[in-house]
Amino acid sequence: MNYPVIVDVTLRHGIADPEGATIERALPALGFTGVTNMRAGKSFRMDIDAESESAALEKAAALAQRLLSNPVIENASARSGAKG
Amino acid sequence: MKIGVVVFPGSNCEYDALNAVQSLGVEAEFIWHTNTDVEGFDGVILPGGFAHGDYLRPGAIARFSPVMEAVARFASSGGAVLGICNGFQVLTEAGLLPGALQKNAGLTFLCQPTTLVVESTASVLTRGATKGQELVVPINHFSGAYTCDDATLASLEANDQIVLRYTQNPNGSRDDIAGVRNVEGNVVGLMPHPERAMSTLLGSADGRVLLEGFVRAPVGAH
Amino acid sequence: MTQAPEPLHRALGLNDEELEQIVAVLNREPNPLELALYGVMWSEHCSYKSSRIHLRRLPSDGAHVLVGPGENAGVIDAGDGIAVAIRIESHNHPSAIEPYQGAATGVGGILRDVFTMGARPLALMDPLFFGELDDARQRWLVEGVVAGISGYGNSVGVPTVGGELTFDECYASNPLVNVLCCGALPRERLVLGVASGVGNLAVLLGSSTGRDGIGGVSVLASAGFSGEDGAESLDDAKRPSVQVGDPYEEKRLIEACLELLDRGLVLGIQDLGGAGLICATCETAARGGVGMDVDITAVPLREAGMQPYEIMTSESQERMLAIIKPQNWDDVARLCAKWEVRASIVGHVVEPSIDAHGNAVGMLRVRRGFDGEILGEVPARSLADEAPLYDRPRLRPSSLDAMRLDEPTSEELRGLANEQLLELLIDPAWVYRQYDSQLFLNTVVGPGRDASLLRLAGPGLPASNRGIALSTDSNPRWCALDPRVGTALSVAESIANLACVGASPKALVNCLNFGNPEHPEVMWQLSESIDGMAEACRAFEVPVVGGNVSLYNESGGNDIDPTPVVGLLGVVDSLLAPPPGWNWTSGDAVMLVGVRHAGGANPFPLAGTRWATQRGRRGGTIAPFEPRALKETFAFVAREISVICAGAPSDVTAVHDVGSGGLATALAEMASETGLGAQVLELESHAELFAEFPGRFVMTTNDVEGFIARAARAGVAVEMVGTVGGTALAIGSSIDLDVTQLSARRRHALADALHTAL
Repeated sequence: MNYPVIVDVTLRHGIADPEGATIERALPALGFTGVTNMRAGKSFRMDIDAESESAALEKAAALAQRLLSNPVIENASARSGAKG
Repeated sequence: MKIGVVVFPGSNCEYDALNAVQSLGVEAEFIWHTNTDVEGFDGVILPGGFAHGDYLRPGAIARFSPVMEAVARFASSGGAVLGICNGFQVLTEAGLLPGALQKNAGLTFLCQPTTLVVESTASVLTRGATKGQELVVPINHFSGAYTCDDATLASLEANDQIVLRYTQNPNGSRDDIAGVRNVEGNVVGLMPHPERAMSTLLGSADGRVLLEGFVRAPVGAH
Repeated sequence: MTQAPEPLHRALGLNDEELEQIVAVLNREPNPLELALYGVMWSEHCSYKSSRIHLRRLPSDGAHVLVGPGENAGVIDAGDGIAVAIRIESHNHPSAIEPYQGAATGVGGILRDVFTMGARPLALMDPLFFGELDDARQRWLVEGVVAGISGYGNSVGVPTVGGELTFDECYASNPLVNVLCCGALPRERLVLGVASGVGNLAVLLGSSTGRDGIGGVSVLASAGFSGEDGAESLDDAKRPSVQVGDPYEEKRLIEACLELLDRGLVLGIQDLGGAGLICATCETAARGGVGMDVDITAVPLREAGMQPYEIMTSESQERMLAIIKPQNWDDVARLCAKWEVRASIVGHVVEPSIDAHGNAVGMLRVRRGFDGEILGEVPARSLADEAPLYDRPRLRPSSLDAMRLDEPTSEELRGLANEQLLELLIDPAWVYRQYDSQLFLNTVVGPGRDASLLRLAGPGLPASNRGIALSTDSNPRWCALDPRVGTALSVAESIANLACVGASPKALVNCLNFGNPEHPEVMWQLSESIDGMAEACRAFEVPVVGGNVSLYNESGGNDIDPTPVVGLLGVVDSLLAPPPGWNWTSGDAVMLVGVRHAGGANPFPLAGTRWATQRGRRGGTIAPFEPRALKETFAFVAREISVICAGAPSDVTAVHDVGSGGLATALAEMASETGLGAQVLELESHAELFAEFPGRFVMTTNDVEGFIARAARAGVAVEMVGTVGGTALAIGSSIDLDVTQLSARRRHALADALHTAL
């Protein structure tokens, strides 16, 4: 069966994030105050053919670790993409 | 003496690297990314460009090209490997060099001359230069900010692995790092483009001392 | 309140007379698919129906011209067995909607035009025009357009070596994004997109086809178009009109196409640009005088449920059409697989049909399967070449006389003009450092100077010591006041820029950005501008080898100022050393070279200058066009500099054209780049600080007598006006500025205006 899965890739704690910092700096001018700790990341959505959802998530975590993220600077996590 | 220049789909500085090496009177040839060995070459250059479109992350997909296993074997047997710009990104993704390259601090692409200072001469790239020597070499990248964690930085310093620093940090690189080497010194990566600084007609000939060092006789096994 | 639905042909942009013409061509009523094909191919964008009769007046002949206007790119013989291809285009309207993708796909499109000729693209230039930067939307447009050019051009691996940056209110809701590309090829490899040889195959290379940019045709749905080929279920979400560029696909496409050409596996290639597959197939068939069957089921699609008209007119990017012999298909497929480029046989070249009068007519047939149903059948030539041509009404604007009398010179300039000068100084480095300007190791003079200068070298080219120079120029402020003279002066300005890098002009391309051609004033401007360009090109003996016309550039009901952009290609015969550039040295004499006064009544016209415009003064009379003295001056400067490029010693140490912003700006730019001041004598009048008219250069020399003697022999006027040195730029009693401050102000001007960090 096909399971929709979402992988989130975020910068590891302590790694500089100029993109997040720039976005955060732009917010007050647009009237959004009180927003801190903005971090930019990436999300990937895919359908995985697997026995079960947990098997699909396991596969997603593995490919996220191997290809979708650079473990030197990034963390990756997989979650279900099912709607509802 | 023969230098191989690896070509990934999306590489674009391969001709420039080839020309620069040939201008030093050294034979050079392209190596297509699907090759599974780099036999017959005395040194390998991973050139600049946008291998696989830089999609996902610069170097992330290229590191899985068949040729990269051969490059890793070549490196571990002491072969001279140089990654320029995108090639540096591929080498860090492949784990052949420590650290990673992130987007520039200003979040724009930068093509401009930079002044580098030679920090270590114990590498296949800098062995012809002198410590403290200043070189004008252009950069040309979007993701050139060198990043690593504290422990990695400490070990880079301890092992004299930082080969080049910017005198004026253009991109937010940690500790002004422009280029690093592996512990043995036979694998080097740098963001600036020495192949673009081979002639005063084009603005600078300071890259020559670097590439002349690289194409010298093989370093031999360590 | 319901209105009768608009007839389909009008919804497709065809008027009633055009429909009649189509019925006459086909000798029957067209079906909806056929009508859609005519709608696209006979659009202004594809057919140039409003401008073509005027464009014919441009001179295009020259012994070195290998391919003139009308092809994908103009090509000249640059010597040493090397041909150079050049093309300029606009991507104005897409960039106004989505600046990043609009600019990016503009780059992609122009590259395909150039490698279609068999040339490897080697350089890009980007003339850009925006509204004033005190508006946040303009800042967003600038950042997006520059990022798009950078993102696409850098990745695809073609250096962007120059351009232009103009800010004016008239571009506020209609920015102009023009892009020029220059490529080179071994002379004998020149190819044209011709489908010849019955039985040959048309192979679609590159991206899959989606609903991108189905512009004119998108009105189909709203016109209630439905039926066999209809679009009953289209909704807006399915019909994105913004095309998305993929530089990685384009890079592989370039390499694959050039390798196909190298190995002689293709007879011709044609890019798929505006109007997509229909344009490429009908043009190649029309050129070859043959017919073509196109199988829409063979086209790889990105989306389900695409209708035949969508497949035929989609503007999906990064696609090419190659004409090959059937026996080469296996090799073509293998080569494309190596570059991971998709290749599909979508067309068969077929015998022309014989019409009722016994004439051979190449028919373009759109089919569902090569042996399947014929969905549409029209003469290829009628689509490609036989759009109606219009001589639209022209009218000299009634406001022009009053405008020309409103002379800004009457506004007195007195005392120190320091701040007035500082306001004019903008260093465009924030833009061009985002562009890879150095790839291929050819860039001797890069962006931000008078002209760009490249070694004539590249992968696969014969060895040469020659150089090619490129400059793009326009002056909409002049052209608003006098489109004919303003355009002629713009051509002169471009030649002056080339002279600064030692080059002589060989070919010109133009991008004519104008307003709505249904306004008679706009048609008058266009016609006048073309006449001015023709006059200047004849006077300077420069052939026009290609061009692009962009009409309907309007801002809130107002037409933009006429903006003819000139792209000039020049050659330096021997390029062994860099030209001197702007870097003057202490103790050098500052020489003003060329006729110091503009011809006509006013020696220092301020009409149409940046100085005047900044003060809201848009009237006045611009300098006349007097080519004879200009020609001698340009030849003298080009010769002085080319000697240096060839490696000979010279007393000339710096050179800069006096262009936009006038003499004071030229001097300030040289001081700023060098970090070194100069003491310049009192000028003849305050107006001379900022007056703009071509033909003047600032040059510095360390041998005043020798320099003056050479100029005298060439019959060119020169005057020593100052000496380089010190920490201040002083011009008589008008300017006294610390060079460090001046440099900082100039360097930060653009980033500050954009509210961004330098």
